[in-house]
Amino acid sequence: MSFIDWLGSPVNWVFLVVGLAILFSSWRVVTAKNVVHAALYLVAALGGAAILFLMLSAEFVAWVVVLVYIGAVLVLFLFGIMITRAPTGKDVGLDTPHKTSPALLSVATFVLLSWASIQAFGTTQVESVGEPTSTEVLGIALLGRFVIPFEVVSFVLLAALIGGVTIARRDLTPAEEEERRAV
Amino acid sequence: MSWPEFWIVVLRVVATFALLLLVTLINVWAERKILADMQNRLGPRRAGPWGILQTVADGLKLFFKEAVIPRRVEIGMYLLAPFLAVVPAFLIFMVVPWGRPFTIGGNEVALQGADLNIGLLFILAMSSLAVYAVVLAGWSSGSKYPLLGGVRATAQAISYEAAMGLAMVAVVMFSATQGDGGTLSLSEIVERQAGTWGDIIPALEPVLRFVPRWNLFPQIVAFVIFFTAIVAETNRAPFDLVEAEQEIVGFHTEYSGMRFAMFFLAEYVNIFSMSAIAATLFLGGWNGPTFEGSVPAIVSGILPTVWFLAKTYLLVFLFIWVRATLPRLRYDQLMQLGWKRLIPGALAWLVLSTAVISFRQFGPPWSS
Repeated sequence: MSFIDWLGSPVNWVFLVVGLAILFSSWRVVTAKNVVHAALYLVAALGGAAILFLMLSAEFVAWVVVLVYIGAVLVLFLFGIMITRAPTGKDVGLDTPHKTSPALLSVATFVLLSWASIQAFGTTQVESVGEPTSTEVLGIALLGRFVIPFEVVSFVLLAALIGGVTIARRDLTPAEEEERRAV
Repeated sequence: MSWPEFWIVVLRVVATFALLLLVTLINVWAERKILADMQNRLGPRRAGPWGILQTVADGLKLFFKEAVIPRRVEIGMYLLAPFLAVVPAFLIFMVVPWGRPFTIGGNEVALQGADLNIGLLFILAMSSLAVYAVVLAGWSSGSKYPLLGGVRATAQAISYEAAMGLAMVAVVMFSATQGDGGTLSLSEIVERQAGTWGDIIPALEPVLRFVPRWNLFPQIVAFVIFFTAIVAETNRAPFDLVEAEQEIVGFHTEYSGMRFAMFFLAEYVNIFSMSAIAATLFLGGWNGPTFEGSVPAIVSGILPTVWFLAKTYLLVFLFIWVRATLPRLRYDQLMQLGWKRLIPGALAWLVLSTAVISFRQFGPPWSS
């Protein structure tokens, strides 16, 4: 199938537009000088990903992306930025001289992931999951075949949580130590 | 999709939108009247009979007021934030069924913006998006006070969202036992609440004959948690720190005119949508006696919508009643109630309710 044929279908048009929008906003995430703008470009990129899932009629995954990533993770990002160093007005210096190795690493990850998915699926058409509902199919898969990875992920999250608390906790000064003992 | 189907979809969305605007006008007026009654005042009474046009007058006033834009704002985000507040507020209601589906010319019309089979997930996603309006309005105003207000409001919203979600999970788990498999679709959850508890538990039939089969009765704890959480989510008294009279640091401090009115509109739309969701999940939605056969068909067709609005307004009244009754919480008390009472309470109730459900379905764990 040539590229012109591919463009014949309106669904592919939408895919192209959304894909380009995702690419642009991901690029802006790393180039934006203002940290709040960077976070908002990430919201746009994830929103695009949710639209792609919707186009594959994976409604459940799409709304979970909105709920978890846009609605929780990035809100917490923004919240963290706001309570630490909210840049009101022009913000400069959000830049790093070390650009080569992260760029190489990202390209390598991209190549690896693309290669792996092409190897795994090739030109297989995505089949419709979802009889009776895709939520049920996903739930059974997640707590059946994939139950061990699922639990491992929750364990990793727990470890990260405990680590975060440990790092964020300030050691008490001797005077405060005294005070606490007195109470 | 054929043309009649297309127009039915358009009509459904427009009708839902119009309903939402109309009830919001009534809500603002009703709140002022009811509050006035509770505080032994008269309330609005000049504009129209019983002051019912007061909201229209206020809206027009806000429309013609100058919307001041302070010098140091981040202009793009500053202008976008009010829309981010209004859009999720309207979208949330789109998945709530507000009447019994009826058939017209061979096409079934569901009185609902869109019947998603993951409706509850959509509601959670939209209510989590509403936080962006708050955080961006506070930040883009370019001043310390709105920023602080925005941070506080964000913390409040994300804390109570967790309790709200957990209460919903308990209802979904319970609802799954009431029909064929689990469901996240609101229209399905409503249909599973038809009839009375007497039909389900024959042993207590004489007593339970008059008790409707609402999720409220088995899930009363979830209802209390859910209602508390939605009062906090909509920033209403006693959790209205973002706009309290003695606090000058609300996230919309720098907004005026129409832009401020949009935040105000979003709040009132949210009160109605959240009450409608609570009525759908716990009070049986549009279910109720329709007196089929003994009254004209048009009446029994409209009655479900009447029941739905009556239940929703009962909860809206509860919102107003709570506002008139309870003193405002201090900020640390607000956080403690959220994290130390509601979320552990919701978790405990979820475990208990799940244990009872699985006991009823599979028997005791030692019975192989």
